[in-house]
This record gives sequence, structure tokens and C-alpha cells, in this order.
Amino acid sequence: MNGTVMAAAAATNVGNIWINIGIFAAFVLVTLIIVFRVSRQNKSAADFYAGGRNFTGTQNGTAIAGDYLSAASFLGIAGAIAVNGYDGFLYSIGFLVAWLVALLLVAELLRNTGKFTMADVLSFRLKQRPIRLAAAISTLAVVFFYLLAQMAGAGGLVALLLGITDKAGQGLVIAIVGAIMIMYVLVGGMKGTTWVQIIKATLLILGAGVMTIWVLAIFGFNLSAVMQGAVDNAGDKGAAILEPGLQYGATALSQLDFLSLALALVLGTAGLPHVLTRFYTVPSAKEARKSVVVAIWLIGIFYLFTLVLGYGAAALVGPERILAAPGGQNSAAPLLAFELGGEILLGIIAAVAFATILAVVAGLTITAATSFAHDIYASIIKKGQVAPDGEVKVARWTVVVIGIIAIIGGIFANGQNIAFLVALAFCVAASANLPTIIYSLFWKRFNTSGALWSIYGGLSSTIILIIFSPVVSGKPADPVTGLSKSMISNPAIDFHWFPLDNPGIVTIPLAFVLGIVGTYLSKERSHPEKYAEMEVRSLTGAGAEKATAH
Amino acid sequence: MSDVGASGPTETDYQRVERSEEFQSLRKAFRNFVFPMTALFLVWYLLYVLMSTYAHDFMSIRVGGNFTIGLVFGLLQFVSTFVITTLYARWANNKFDARAKALREEIEEGAL
Repeated sequence: MNGTVMAAAAATNVGNIWINIGIFAAFVLVTLIIVFRVSRQNKSAADFYAGGRNFTGTQNGTAIAGDYLSAASFLGIAGAIAVNGYDGFLYSIGFLVAWLVALLLVAELLRNTGKFTMADVLSFRLKQRPIRLAAAISTLAVVFFYLLAQMAGAGGLVALLLGITDKAGQGLVIAIVGAIMIMYVLVGGMKGTTWVQIIKATLLILGAGVMTIWVLAIFGFNLSAVMQGAVDNAGDKGAAILEPGLQYGATALSQLDFLSLALALVLGTAGLPHVLTRFYTVPSAKEARKSVVVAIWLIGIFYLFTLVLGYGAAALVGPERILAAPGGQNSAAPLLAFELGGEILLGIIAAVAFATILAVVAGLTITAATSFAHDIYASIIKKGQVAPDGEVKVARWTVVVIGIIAIIGGIFANGQNIAFLVALAFCVAASANLPTIIYSLFWKRFNTSGALWSIYGGLSSTIILIIFSPVVSGKPADPVTGLSKSMISNPAIDFHWFPLDNPGIVTIPLAFVLGIVGTYLSKERSHPEKYAEMEVRSLTGAGAEKATAH
Repeated sequence: MSDVGASGPTETDYQRVERSEEFQSLRKAFRNFVFPMTALFLVWYLLYVLMSTYAHDFMSIRVGGNFTIGLVFGLLQFVSTFVITTLYARWANNKFDARAKALREEIEEGAL
């Protein structure tokens, strides 16, 4: 197709930097005004942590889509499809199907039995302090990896969209993005953060939708023709981009790695703490259900868009130009926007991509702050003897601290492989959180010891196997640069002994088994009366937290 | 909450509700819906993942234009997710909510 038209521009950066900045500044300004307006009544803990539980299912479902469709989803999946075709598509299916676990098994029961955090539910009938500590640690671990991924991605995006290529300049932009995010969360609490998510999700889905229709229109609304265009541009890969196996099919080991990833994706979502806290922002379990239904439709439709955008980028831009651009694979969607609608559409898509990082980081930060203030400070350090506004004050300070950690981590992680960080977050969530959530909701015999075995066992096995995996050290050196593709790029340093990039296929079953073993090894007296209360409340909604009246 | 004292011989209200026939049948209805449905979509998803990993030749068969069996199978995962979501929401709205609400009101009014 128009293969060489803009190749020169793509080799450095594309579009007009000032249009990109202008549209992004307009987004920040509009959302800040909204955040200030909605957050005048941020007094109680329920206001700050859960937006007063006053959002409707549709609003919350849109916000969930905003939380979930991170830069990795938008830029990463479109790019993976553009370069690796079918294997990129596999990601999006795992991310979507995973929502059925949340819909059927978790969302409503969690809304009925908890207040603000995952630990509320886990500690309902188990020993308060050890369980809260364990749940808070694993919450903070998941949030940390997810946060790092988002902030690391910001650096690459800056390079592509603002033409800033030196590390110091990128670090400055990461710091500015982090500072804006801290302001959103401090001022807006959960209510403000939720509105940022809603606006961002709407813009993102509309933007992707317009581009999808545009691509289809160019090819006479024939998806097969779009794919033919991609095949024509794919060089020696050719029709293989329509078939499985390009990215993961090379060896038996990479096939096993893919199975492991698929398992972590489908079981991780319902254990992501920033997803779980969203279920507390609605007034009832019925609205929590509606949230997930809306989220599934929005996320599913969005991933269908990315299929067209990925093959469309391959057909109209071509994998060579995509890989030569500063952001590599991640630049497929922005380059396609430029190809279709020039500087203005690129500016809009660029601003939306920035807004995506901003909003997801805000959602993660408030989740971590809630968990620290509510679970660790109020329940463990102060043993519940704390005034609600004292707890919120701690939460606000935690927001600042986490924001600063995110900025520093983002500067250091700049240029790291972000897909692996996200996969790691999903793997920790699926190993350390999901088994305990499922057992405490459905298994009467389950006890504190089982929960601790499962959480700490799942968390530590995941982290240990990652440290000794090829992700951290020991991938073969690239023949061109002489550098290893591992985190430690010096090919001489190699201490890996675990063969897979993603440990989910080992750690997830292990955590489920540890939950059972730990339960049966303990002589802890069971609390049939607490299980009865939890079971009755989880299904009927009796005694569930109500929305605050304003 | 776990440091609530021993239950002793007296039953709590919640235990009484838990034993009641209404609650037992509500719980049974819930589990009879969500557990088989969960098993179904997990098996369907794993089948897709395994085929994409180990049955390359089959998944690469063209079924029309550039559409491969693998792509159609992938799109069917979207369809099945939307269908299960709709079925569950319809079941919960029409069959489950009213019974849960009746039980909740009885509990909150102390009638059970």
C-alpha cells in the first residue's frame, strides 16, 4: 500500500508535537475541572475510598473498562497483531474471557461482604491481623508491578509522540505525568478518579471505533481484504500472520510458555486489586453485576477494534516502518492514526494514550493507598482505634508516597519490557489472590492457615521463579547489539534455571494446593457462625454497606 | 471479626437462616447456575488455547477468504463470552434477585 510515503517521518517521530501537547493539555484541564467539581463532598472514608458508593452500574462499568484498557491493551495488542498477526490476537481473548470469572464468582459476593478492600472479604471469617497483612502485601505487590509497567510505557510513548529521545527529558515528562496523577487522586479521591476513568474510556473507545470504521471503509468493509493487505505487506512472514505460531510456536518451551501466560491472564483479572475495589463504588450487588456486564461489552468491542487496527496497521503502515519507529511495536496504533487522519487524529490518539496511562496509574494509586491506610494502618497498626478522617489523612499521604515511588520507578524502568511487567502482575494476582478469594467465598472448612499458605506461597513462588527466569537474565545475545533481551542486558550474567518467562502454570496450581494443605495442617477451630453470616450475607445482600447520602 | 467468642450451644440468627429451606434452595440455585457455567467457559477457553498452541495446521485451514479456523474460533470466544454474560444477567435479574431480596428483607426485619 502507501508503504514509503511517510517512512522518513516515521524514522524519527511523527505529527506535530504542539498539536499532541495541546490536545493532551485540554484533556488534563477538562478532567481537572470535573475532578474539582465532583469532589467537594470528599469527607468520609466511604467518599474517599469508594466514591460514596453512588455510581451507577453503567458508570462504574465504563470506569472498569477505563481501568482495564491500559496502554498495554491499546498500544501493545494493536502492535502485537500488526507484527505477529494471530498470536497478538490471543492476548486479547484471555483478557476478555477472564471477566467471566469476575462476573460469575466474585463481583456480587465481594460487594455484599466487603467495605473497601479485598482484605475485608478475606478477613471476614479468618483471623483479622495476619490475613489483612498478607492481603495488603500481595495487593501492594500487584499494584507495584502494574504501576511500573504503566510508567515504563510512558517513556516510550514520550519518545514517539513528543520527539523527546534523551532519557533526562523523558524522565521529566514521566515526573510531570506522575504529579498530575497525584493531584487527581488527592483532590478527587475515588470519585474524581472514577470520572477520569469514565472520560478516558469513552474517548479511547470512540477513537478506536472511528479508526476501525475508517480502516474498514478503505477496504470496502471487507475484513478479509484488510488481512490480505496485511499479508501483502508482511514480507517473508506472508500468510503466516493469519495463523497461530509466529510468536509462540517456535519450540516446545515457547508453547508451554504461552499456555502459562494464557492461564495467568484468564485467572488474574478477578484477583486484580484495582478491579476489585471498583465493585465497592456502586450501591448494591445488582449494580456491581451491571458494572461487569457493561465492562464486558465495552472491553470485548474494544478488542474487536484492535483486531482490525492491528491488521489495518500492518496493511497501511507496514511492519517495517512500525518496528523502525522509536516506540517499536507500540507505535502501530499512533502511526496508523497518522496515516489515516494526519496530525490531528494522531494528536487525539496520542492524547488518549497519555490519558490512558494517567487514568490507570490514578486507579492503581488509590487502590494501594486504600489498602495501606485501611488494612495496614487502621486495622493492624492502630488495631481499629482510629478516627475515620485520621485514616483518610494517612491514605492521602500514602497517595503522595506511592506517586513518588511510581515516578522514580518509571524513570528507572524506562525502556524495560512492559508486557512482561503486566504479565507478572496478572500472575501474582492469579496465584496470590484468586485462590484465597474463591476458597473464602465457597469453602466452609477453609481457615487462616490455608489463606496464609496460599497468599505467601503464591506470591513468593511467583517472584522467585521470575527472578530465576530468562526474563531477568540469560536470554541469548542479540547478534546485532550483542546485548541480551533479558532485564540484565549483559549476556555474560546468567543465573536463570527456570525455563519459562511466565511462571503461572506452576504457581497458580501450587497456590490452590497450598490453600488446601495449609487448611488441613492447622488445628484452628472453625467458626461455623462466621461462615453462616458470610454465606448468607454474600448471597442475599443483608447487612451490605449502603451508599452514602448526599 | 474472628475474635468473636465461641458459638456455644446457641445458634446465631445467620446460622438459623443458613439452615432454612429458603436459603438452602437459593444457594443451590446459585451454585447450580454459576459452577457449571464456569466449568463450561474455562474448558472452552482452554480448548481454544491448546488448539492454537498444538494444532497449528488445523487452525490454519482457510474457511473463506483470509479467515482461518483459528480466527473464527477466536471470534467465537467473543461470542460465547457475550452470550454467557447475557444469560447470567438475565437469569440473575429474573430468577435470583427477587428471592434474595425477599430473604434479605426477612433477615433485616428479624422475621427469620
